[in-house]
Amino acid sequence: MNFLALIGRVVLAFLGHMGRLTLFTGTALSHCVRPPLYPRLIGKQMIDIGYYSLPVVGLTAIFSGMVLALQSYTGFARFAAGSETAVANVVIVSLTRELGPVLAGLMVAGRIGASMAAEIGTMRVTEQIDALTTLSTNPFKYLVVPRIIAGTLMLPLLVLVADIIGVFGGFVVSVYKLGFNPAAYISNSYDFMQALDVISGLVKAGVFGFIIALMGCYAGYHSKGGAQGVGAATTNAVVSSSILILTFNYIITELFFGT
Amino acid sequence: MNTIPQIRLRDVKKSFGAKRVLAGIDLDIAKGESVVVIGGSGTGKSVLIKCIIGILQADSGLIEVDGQDVLHVPAGNRDAINRKFGMLFQGGALFDSLPIWENVAFGLMQREHMSRKQGKERAVETMAKVGLSADVAELSPAELSGGMQKRVGLARAIAGNPEIIFFDEPTTGLDPIMADVINDLIISVVKNQGMTALSITHDMHSARKIADRITMLYEGKLIWAGDAKDVDNSGNPYVDQFVHGKAEGPIKMQVRR
Repeated sequence: MNFLALIGRVVLAFLGHMGRLTLFTGTALSHCVRPPLYPRLIGKQMIDIGYYSLPVVGLTAIFSGMVLALQSYTGFARFAAGSETAVANVVIVSLTRELGPVLAGLMVAGRIGASMAAEIGTMRVTEQIDALTTLSTNPFKYLVVPRIIAGTLMLPLLVLVADIIGVFGGFVVSVYKLGFNPAAYISNSYDFMQALDVISGLVKAGVFGFIIALMGCYAGYHSKGGAQGVGAATTNAVVSSSILILTFNYIITELFFGT
Repeated sequence: MNTIPQIRLRDVKKSFGAKRVLAGIDLDIAKGESVVVIGGSGTGKSVLIKCIIGILQADSGLIEVDGQDVLHVPAGNRDAINRKFGMLFQGGALFDSLPIWENVAFGLMQREHMSRKQGKERAVETMAKVGLSADVAELSPAELSGGMQKRVGLARAIAGNPEIIFFDEPTTGLDPIMADVINDLIISVVKNQGMTALSITHDMHSARKIADRITMLYEGKLIWAGDAKDVDNSGNPYVDQFVHGKAEGPIKMQVRR
């Protein structure tokens, strides 16, 4: 009996969460298209999310590109000689389609999602969100909308940079470690690059940016109970946005490339 | 009374899940009057204020401000009502990402689309009213002491010249001298500008000083109301116990939730 009650409780809690999240998303989206917007705050968030994430995203991308080149070379060497074209191909396709958006998304989820949840959560428990309301300011417009807009716009840009840096990482390893011809590597990469690969990656990035900002804001907005609550909100934001990123990664891949 | 009270509450109820916090509140506050609600911690005093101000939605009952029903107001008019309100939060609730002057001028810049330069001038003027000098304007809230933060909170609450101002535990967490300074400030800003004030506190010294009228909230109801000077001989055992701070009496503290 207790076991059944437990299942019921978990299911109810889950449904409650889903309901609140749906309402939250709806409210946030409706405020995204109704003035006033706060350009100043959107700009500040764009710098926070875009510019300050460049080092961590860049480092992730360069090492991913490097390891991709190395791994695919050692892998292909078992089957055939002359794997130069294959390495360039693997590097560019896997980076633009998958690794660029997913790794950048996960890194930004850790960096930005957590800080959004912590900041908004602290504002919630110290009544700053209530104070906004009393000062004729809609907390959604002031806190949530700028983050969502900035996240959705900046992640594709970050991923574009990550793609370029990642290919460069692959190039460095191929040329300086594996002794490929640099001109041939570049022309191979260029030949294999397809618009759809890059575009699908950027679409993913936009969706991931939306998810990161949404989950960070949602977790913070609904946090309660002081420092512990804010801590829990931070964890929830990172875990749930990471899982959603991986889920939506599959769904978008299916939409673009599924047969 | 032949005039419309500025705030009128009738049978206001609010529950959180199974827990009934407000079980039918009736309260009239006349224009320019200062009413203090006393009551123990966790008795729903903050909830009462938040229901009036619209941060929480009351479950049922009637809340009127200047004769206008604020519970069923279209979202567009909510803003016009909110302009009448100013609130000093318990912990100050200052925006810690903004400098002091932007905190004070926040409402002005939002509502009246005032430029930053104008906003800063108005902020400095308002800060002078609560005894803050212009050189703290550029500091961030974290650099100020608790008493100073309360003053900034007060300045922010009065910056928009509200008609009605709410004080949530204005003196809690301050030393007795700073508490009295805040009390004096509250009296001076409220009386000078003819504001209506609704305060909640469990600091009896503060309550006696700033109130025209005192009422006590206990188990979701206002069990007593009277002039501030009558609070010491209310004849109500609950009020007596609270005012004199005795552990023995009809109010049983819930040690366990």
